[in-house]
Amino acid sequence: MSTTRREFLKNSAAASVATAVGMSLPMGLQAAANNAESGWRWDKSVCRFCGTGCGIMVATKNDKIVAVKGDPAAPVNRGLNCIKGYFNAKIMYGEDRLQKPLLRVDKSGNYSKTGDFKAVSWKRAFDEMEKHIKSSLKELGPTGIGVFGSGQYTVQEGYAAVKLMKAGFRSNNIDPNARHCMASAVAGFIQTFGIDEPAGCYDDIELTDTVVTWGANMSEMHPILWARVSDRKLSNPDKVKVVNLSTFSNRTSDLADIEIIFKPQTDLALWNYIAREIVYNHPDSIDQEFIDKHIIFATGPVDIGYGMRKAGHPKYSAKESVINEKQSAKTVSAAEGISLKYLGYKEGDTLEMKNAASAGKHWKIEFEDFKKALEPYTLDYVAKTAKGDDNESLVRFKEKLIVLKDLYVEKQRKMVSFWTMGMNQHTRGTWVNEQAYMVHFLLGKQAKPGNGAFSLTGQPSACGTAREVGTFAHRLPADMVVANPKHRKASENIWKLPKDTLNPKVGTHFMKLMRDIEDAKVKFAWIQVNNPYQNTANAKHWIKAARQMDNFIVCSDCYPGISAKVSDLILPTAMIYEKWGAYGNAERRTQHWKQQVVPIGDSMSDTWQIMELSKRFTLKEVWGAQTIPGIEGGLPDVMPEAKTMGYNEDTTLYEVLFANDEAKSYTYPDPIGDGFDNCEVIGDKRNVVGSDDKEWKGYGFFIQKYLWEEYRKFGEGHAHDYADFDTYHKVRGLKWPVVDGKETQWRFNAKYDPYAKKANTGDFAFYGKAFKNLPQGGLKGPDADKGKYDLSNKAKIFFRPYMDPPEMPDKDYPLWLSTGRVLEHWHSGTMTMRVPELYRAVPEALCYIHPKDAEKFNFQQGDLVWVESRRGKVKAHVDTRGRNRPPVGLVYVPWFDEKVFINKVCLDATCPISKQTDFKKAAVKVYKA
Amino acid sequence: MQRKENTTSRREAILKIFQGAGLLSLGGLVWGAFLNKASVSKLSLRPPAAVEEEDFLAACIKCGACVQACPYDTLMLAQPQDNIPIGTPFFIPRITPCYMCVDVPCVPVCPTTALDINKLIPSDKVSTPENMDVNMSDMGVAVIDEKSCIAFWGIQCDACYRACPLINQALVLNFERNERTGKHAFLKPVVNPEICTGCGMCEHACVTEKAAIFVLPRKVAEGKAGNFYIKGWEAKDENRLNEESKESDIKGKTTKKSYLNDWEELIDE
Repeated sequence: MSTTRREFLKNSAAASVATAVGMSLPMGLQAAANNAESGWRWDKSVCRFCGTGCGIMVATKNDKIVAVKGDPAAPVNRGLNCIKGYFNAKIMYGEDRLQKPLLRVDKSGNYSKTGDFKAVSWKRAFDEMEKHIKSSLKELGPTGIGVFGSGQYTVQEGYAAVKLMKAGFRSNNIDPNARHCMASAVAGFIQTFGIDEPAGCYDDIELTDTVVTWGANMSEMHPILWARVSDRKLSNPDKVKVVNLSTFSNRTSDLADIEIIFKPQTDLALWNYIAREIVYNHPDSIDQEFIDKHIIFATGPVDIGYGMRKAGHPKYSAKESVINEKQSAKTVSAAEGISLKYLGYKEGDTLEMKNAASAGKHWKIEFEDFKKALEPYTLDYVAKTAKGDDNESLVRFKEKLIVLKDLYVEKQRKMVSFWTMGMNQHTRGTWVNEQAYMVHFLLGKQAKPGNGAFSLTGQPSACGTAREVGTFAHRLPADMVVANPKHRKASENIWKLPKDTLNPKVGTHFMKLMRDIEDAKVKFAWIQVNNPYQNTANAKHWIKAARQMDNFIVCSDCYPGISAKVSDLILPTAMIYEKWGAYGNAERRTQHWKQQVVPIGDSMSDTWQIMELSKRFTLKEVWGAQTIPGIEGGLPDVMPEAKTMGYNEDTTLYEVLFANDEAKSYTYPDPIGDGFDNCEVIGDKRNVVGSDDKEWKGYGFFIQKYLWEEYRKFGEGHAHDYADFDTYHKVRGLKWPVVDGKETQWRFNAKYDPYAKKANTGDFAFYGKAFKNLPQGGLKGPDADKGKYDLSNKAKIFFRPYMDPPEMPDKDYPLWLSTGRVLEHWHSGTMTMRVPELYRAVPEALCYIHPKDAEKFNFQQGDLVWVESRRGKVKAHVDTRGRNRPPVGLVYVPWFDEKVFINKVCLDATCPISKQTDFKKAAVKVYKA
Repeated sequence: MQRKENTTSRREAILKIFQGAGLLSLGGLVWGAFLNKASVSKLSLRPPAAVEEEDFLAACIKCGACVQACPYDTLMLAQPQDNIPIGTPFFIPRITPCYMCVDVPCVPVCPTTALDINKLIPSDKVSTPENMDVNMSDMGVAVIDEKSCIAFWGIQCDACYRACPLINQALVLNFERNERTGKHAFLKPVVNPEICTGCGMCEHACVTEKAAIFVLPRKVAEGKAGNFYIKGWEAKDENRLNEESKESDIKGKTTKKSYLNDWEELIDE
């Protein structure tokens, strides 16, 4: 350990202060909860928007949210918010909230794919869903249905959705829009650490000396964290350094000491440059003791494709096929001729994508192999490959790379590398995530206060729900996976399912769910808490498939958006403060809130919708033998065992999954719920006519508490421990693992993490269990003779080479396109575009372009132009002087604006390991509209 | 924001009303009354390159050419209720700001000197429409009410900053530590009045109920220090000595002649 004693004392002091803030601040809410005289009630909640996880207080009067304030006791934001958080009180009250179920019907009122939407009863809505699910199951089996889930599910909603799909329908076809957002981060974590989610926490910001942002425009995407970075910078401007790496200039550069503009995709080369410098020129900077004790080296195949369909798909145009051909083989480029030389490739060779279906496999190599593979990443090669701004000299660019490298290798300098979508939305996203850990591990700057490669999250519960609950096609709660028989067994035990109920075959990921609908392999899809038909790349394909093919798409939403528009049935859905829930943020902090108001119209929560649907399926309909493509013999009939467990053929999924004896043991009223609404449990003043045409009066037991308490059994004792339900209603969130009532700030570090301490492997233990028994070999592949290597409690440093993305600018499509967000709007704008002030501030998405390019194409500021790719085109107004300043050769178009439907233009290529789409790279042309 | 190639019929209709009003000479009385009332209202924002308000009112013939040329419908012709001389062009940024067209189409069409192209011509260029630099416009200057600006509360807003067409020049962010939370810096917008053109895109974008940043005519917005004191730390400040000095319109303390003789009042009890 290189940390000096003094430094350690300083760190632990800071850590204990932060802990104190999180754990033991007096609860303002108790004093304020019954503040009747004022006429309004304050209660704690969380912000609806990004993964930062700011605490807010909500003021309610006459069943309406009248105001919010930043929660002064919330350690993340201490009473502050960003511009979106400032408007939390207004998001639920847009004029066009959906209030009734809407079904496409013909003139006689029968469902018709080509009909117009008409209001129907909840009963009718569930009748139609039931009918279409049953016909899809009958025709196609469990893989014939799918759910587009979300990182904006509450924990309980996501858990209920997974339980219904995986345990009930025995289908793994549920995947969240978080797939678009942080799947590469997940794959990076799992492959590197064997367990998901960051080691560090936000306190790293106050403790570090250096913040490097890699494809993370924090000033707009994580404003409250950016305020913390800014404050840290101001606290010691000479010592604290900020570096912004991006493919275009953005507002994060305002504070940065250095801005590095690189060519899209070349972050792969930049990380390797730093690693090469460490290994070849600064060996003294390597934390050798740490490496020896806790790290092994690894690599994997490069011929893995780009997650695209193969060329020649009947629904893809000839133009599209030009790019899709690279899914099978590509010609090695000049840059790749150097980077892939270690595998024997040279420029002009054909690289056949033989490992497209096994992209994630990897094996142990030796340090010498690793060192050899890094050899090509010299300053000259990397600078030439990566320089992203034509107006910058190569000399100047090299100088900046050297300064960046010097910061990383400086022995006593604490380093935090943050990234978000720039590194995750990437056809080599898993690789580049792993490269971040590569550099931090080499230097021993990981899992320590103020030191770490830190993946920031986009969505409010991408961590808490999508990842921890496991609303992915391959996952189960607590980092378990469907493909692992032990994990299925553990889940079947908790869920009280007969053996082999769970389907071992990984389901369809988000992008593939769209493709499967286009291929008529899925005929029923349910959209929950997101807007997939706006947020998925190459959108025209999916919209055509939804509208023109024989299928049934259901969209649960609060406002009408593109997804609702292309669906067949729309379900009006309660919003965040209209239901009980919990979110988990990017620093592993779980935060719960209570229902503040009764939902608008006849809206009901996603949990209620899921449970009401489950009433319509009996076990004999879903637990008999099932056909699954790819599994010989399919899924077994589990009814015989089910009967021994006390179930019978007519037991409903509702009774098994949600209204079982354990659930009913969570009785209501419960002191935690005193004075608050709970529509699911006790109904509400609206007396909504429910799924059985009767007035809804509630389940009668504390469903949200039951779902939480059952869910947390999955992680207990497995380094995914949470506190009990009631505790979260008293504190401002806790960072898991929560052991003996204490949260964990730095995982894998024995000083802070009880699991690391228990492993007894010295100062660190990378105790994650996944992929910890590896084949061994050399750079070109594993060697069967060498046997397998057990790397329990160790982490991996991966070597990953530079490779080009599948589509790059050429003479027909001469510009790069990058997409992203703006501070004022959240995702597809469903909520924020309905806040009048935010709409006025940023009413439309602009096409940001360099003035020289504007001149070249004869555009003036404000001109309306086409942005066109091989897949589609949109019109947008050009901006040459706005918040984002692309270099020559790149345009940036935000995606929040459905009128500038940029996902029609984007390429549906993904990281082959994580299946996350690359929304940051496509080739386009622009011309006057 | 929608730039239009053709003028709208609405504006043509309004124009016709004013043209009609001029022809019919709808009573000099009414016209004059409004003009008088309006002349005390100094808050109207004029198109880019407008000359000083007094000269502007003298030169503007209310033809509406600039309004017709504006591709964003920013410019309006004053109507009686606007409390601005009827028929003169003006804009209200909170409704539609000036989008700072690079070709400044509203200026060259002015048939008089009310909009003076020379105000937009850099000193080293000849006076032709192609050489206009819209960034030299001086329609007004943005001011911030720090009490209602939520960025001054610590909210990470800065919508005005990102809306500014001269981002980081006319509107900059001042990073300050926040002692209240101990860890979240303030990012406070600050206007540089020497660069601000008064386009009002900041005012338009502002998310507070009533804009916390708003454009005022420069004369209204700016204070003025007397030139009897020159900044010793700024060499060119001496240039202010060339400016006309204005007699103070307030008086200092004065004493009566009897003051000195009246010492006994000092011991009166």
